[in-house]
Amino acid sequence: MTVPRTTVGPAQVPRHWLRMVVIWAVLSAVAVPLIVLVLGPHLPPGRMTAEAGSQRDANTVMTALLAPIVVAVLVFFVYAIVVFRERGTAIVDGPPLRGHVPMQTAWVVFTSVIVIALAAWGSYTLIVSSHGAGGGQGPDPVAVPSHRSQDLVVQVIGQQWNWTYRFPKYDDVETDHLELPDNSPIELHVTSLDVTHSFWAYQLGVKADAVPGADNVAFVHTRNDGTFNIRCAELCGLWHGHMYQTGDVVSPAAFKSWISSQQTAEAPNLRYLPPFGRTYYPAPFRRAG
Amino acid sequence: MTTYAAARPLRPAWRGFFGFNMFTALALGAGGWFLGAYIGGQIAVGNDYLLGTDQNDVGILLGYLFGLIGWLGGLGFFNYPISRLLGRPATVREKETGGWARYFTLCTDHKVVGIQYFFGVGIFFFIGGLNAMLMRTELLRPVEHAWPAGQYLSLMSLHGTMMIMMTSAFILGPFGNYFVPIMIGARRMAFPRIESLTFWLVPAAGLILLSAIAFGGIPTGWTGYAPLGTEGRSGMDAYIFAFLLIGLSLTLTGINLLTTILTMRAPGLTWTRLPIFVWGVLSTSILMALAAPVLIAALLMELMDRAANTSFYLASSGGSPYLYENLFWFFGHPEVYILALPGFGIVLEILPVFARKPLWGYRLAVAGMLGVTFLSFMVWQHHLFVSGINGGLRPFYMLTTELISIPTGFIFLNAMGTLWHGRIRFTVPMLFALAFFFNFLIGGLSGIFLSDVPSDVTTHGSYFVMAHFHYTIMGGLVFAFFAAVYYWLPKMTGVILNERLGRIHFWLMFVFFNLTFFPLFAAGFLDMPRRVSTYAPSLQTLNDFVSASAFVLGFSMLIFIGNLIWSLVFARIPAAENPWASRGLEWQVPTPVPVDNFEHIPVINSGPYEYGVEGAPPTATLGPVAVPAAGR
Repeated sequence: MTVPRTTVGPAQVPRHWLRMVVIWAVLSAVAVPLIVLVLGPHLPPGRMTAEAGSQRDANTVMTALLAPIVVAVLVFFVYAIVVFRERGTAIVDGPPLRGHVPMQTAWVVFTSVIVIALAAWGSYTLIVSSHGAGGGQGPDPVAVPSHRSQDLVVQVIGQQWNWTYRFPKYDDVETDHLELPDNSPIELHVTSLDVTHSFWAYQLGVKADAVPGADNVAFVHTRNDGTFNIRCAELCGLWHGHMYQTGDVVSPAAFKSWISSQQTAEAPNLRYLPPFGRTYYPAPFRRAG
Repeated sequence: MTTYAAARPLRPAWRGFFGFNMFTALALGAGGWFLGAYIGGQIAVGNDYLLGTDQNDVGILLGYLFGLIGWLGGLGFFNYPISRLLGRPATVREKETGGWARYFTLCTDHKVVGIQYFFGVGIFFFIGGLNAMLMRTELLRPVEHAWPAGQYLSLMSLHGTMMIMMTSAFILGPFGNYFVPIMIGARRMAFPRIESLTFWLVPAAGLILLSAIAFGGIPTGWTGYAPLGTEGRSGMDAYIFAFLLIGLSLTLTGINLLTTILTMRAPGLTWTRLPIFVWGVLSTSILMALAAPVLIAALLMELMDRAANTSFYLASSGGSPYLYENLFWFFGHPEVYILALPGFGIVLEILPVFARKPLWGYRLAVAGMLGVTFLSFMVWQHHLFVSGINGGLRPFYMLTTELISIPTGFIFLNAMGTLWHGRIRFTVPMLFALAFFFNFLIGGLSGIFLSDVPSDVTTHGSYFVMAHFHYTIMGGLVFAFFAAVYYWLPKMTGVILNERLGRIHFWLMFVFFNLTFFPLFAAGFLDMPRRVSTYAPSLQTLNDFVSASAFVLGFSMLIFIGNLIWSLVFARIPAAENPWASRGLEWQVPTPVPVDNFEHIPVINSGPYEYGVEGAPPTATLGPVAVPAAGR
């Protein structure tokens, strides 16, 4: 931006831009490594699955990318309101600057490039590299891993106010606890028996709405052993906050023994269960309370 | 100009309670409720058995409908149609003269409606804020302790619904109605009776929403998702009916303001001279007129599901919950820009006045607002990224959502350019306007995380979302609202607000707003879902800190209310006609503003932001003009 010579002579003009760029560069040079190296390893949701890892990467990259932008805007604002504050009490008009076409163009181009690059990168992660990034994709997923036929299929059933799990490859057994083998591709089919819930396995990086009458598929590839939290992320009534469980990612051998013990324990109950289906239509709707 | 101060015989003060006013309306509304509930109870015998409930929704809904008719009739909304049917002459004026009583009546003076909105919406906003305080009390401990779970759920839903309903009219109601006609050099709005109707629907909606407490509360939050809303107790009927009224009010407000701005601008007020606040109102009105009817449709179907045994949203009988989610968010996303755009208009209106410079990049600001308006209809499915609907369309919605940050960025560039080399004075309105940019920067950029699907899988439905939209709505809209209050109230009321109390209010609110909501980003990242009354014990320290900050934030509102009462009732220091030395047309008219605003329709000579321009003519010629000036 240029200042008309009539108001301030060029010799008196401090080098505002240089100062601001230096402040910005110093602050950004401190902030970005801190974010990548110190904050990044603590950003959610961890590296228990490939999808969780891609989400942590997304969170890290975006925080690191947005920090210099925040710093730039704030440095400008703080600098401007400190340097250009009115020191006297009289009301004096400033120079009538109306705009600066090259600067406006540069701003538009710069923000557009960042935004489109972010959208392209997010789409690439979502569709190509991360197979839906752990999010629910509906009954006909578009981002499908190549090895889908080997997936361990787990049906997640939400109801007020608990989660249960059915394993169609293991005699349709239904359990109230979730264990998964490590280093395996998993295919979660999320549905609901009453109202809309949302299956949120935090460390797995999975979130998929459980919608009555819908089969919502999410893919996840487990990596490390550990315990993960399961919560409901969509308001489902009185005990929404209590739809809380923990699950475990264990070795394949431990998973095999766990699932066979479940099959034995649940065998007497199996004949009371409805046949396995992608969705379930419960009894006609009744008003709560 | 006509004289309205015609001599009238003196009446005793108590006579003011009788006639077509708010008190009659309350009485007739209550009577209507009982009549409707009785009729509903008679015609819907057995309905409760069909729906498997002990409650008769038909009775309650008919009660609300008859109560509404009684309320509007008591205010006198049917008088004019009846008098026209009887062949009486047409008029656009109702109760434009008179003292305090006209603030409680159907009044066609847009300035009275503005004041009505300011206090009406303010009272309900205060109730919504109290709900937030009660919620934060429960969240002091990770287990259920202060309120039972169901009561917390109702408090949370009332807070959300009340705030969304009231903040929709937070700026357009008081300041849009009051100042848009003055800023465009008009004497009134295009549809003065509809303008009054849009206001009087708001307290009706607020009271109906509050009545949900008596019928089992609202279990759904402000979104009212089916089928949870379908199975909710009769409090849901209050939610549906109240939100329907707000939808109607928003639609009518949008149409009214749109028509006013398009057709009633004074001669010489070209599109490039239009104050930027009016541009903000114009783009908001487009959103209101186009989006709110979709809400009405969605809610009517939910009402049918509850009361008439249909199944639009019930999967077990062939409907789909996705239909509600789509319809609701098709309204719901433009709705959040209904909240944001007036704020953009306010802060860009205020910055040039206190930086003493023209608005930098005026055309870019207009492009930004219209760009947001256009794009906001194309992003709604980002609320449904993990819902399992249209998985293949997610890259499209990711792109459109991120694109909307480009026009929003224009607003920041305008502000930065306007401050550059300005002569910045830190008045209270300026402080609030500057804080708007700090808050909206954080709020807007946190939205980038939510727009990116891989990142959204973690943050969706968590406290991260909650922190994000409080940064944009409270940090953005409410800060802009207070900027407007401190800026324009001297013109609206004729008295100045205490500046020291204003500064204390600002600093407390700004600091503790950030201390309240910034930690909630972390709560979301640490897997705390929204809308829970119990949470992981490891998050207690964080939540206690947030609650303590929230209480101070609530206290800062009391300082504002104290300032308002002190300045308006006790101190009453008269304000100068143009205390900020603004070029805005609204500051060129006398205080208090005459009923007709202008003695002669003004002729606009130049834009409102010509600060420091040598030889710039005054904004408008207010005196009589022999020949109307040409457009440019």
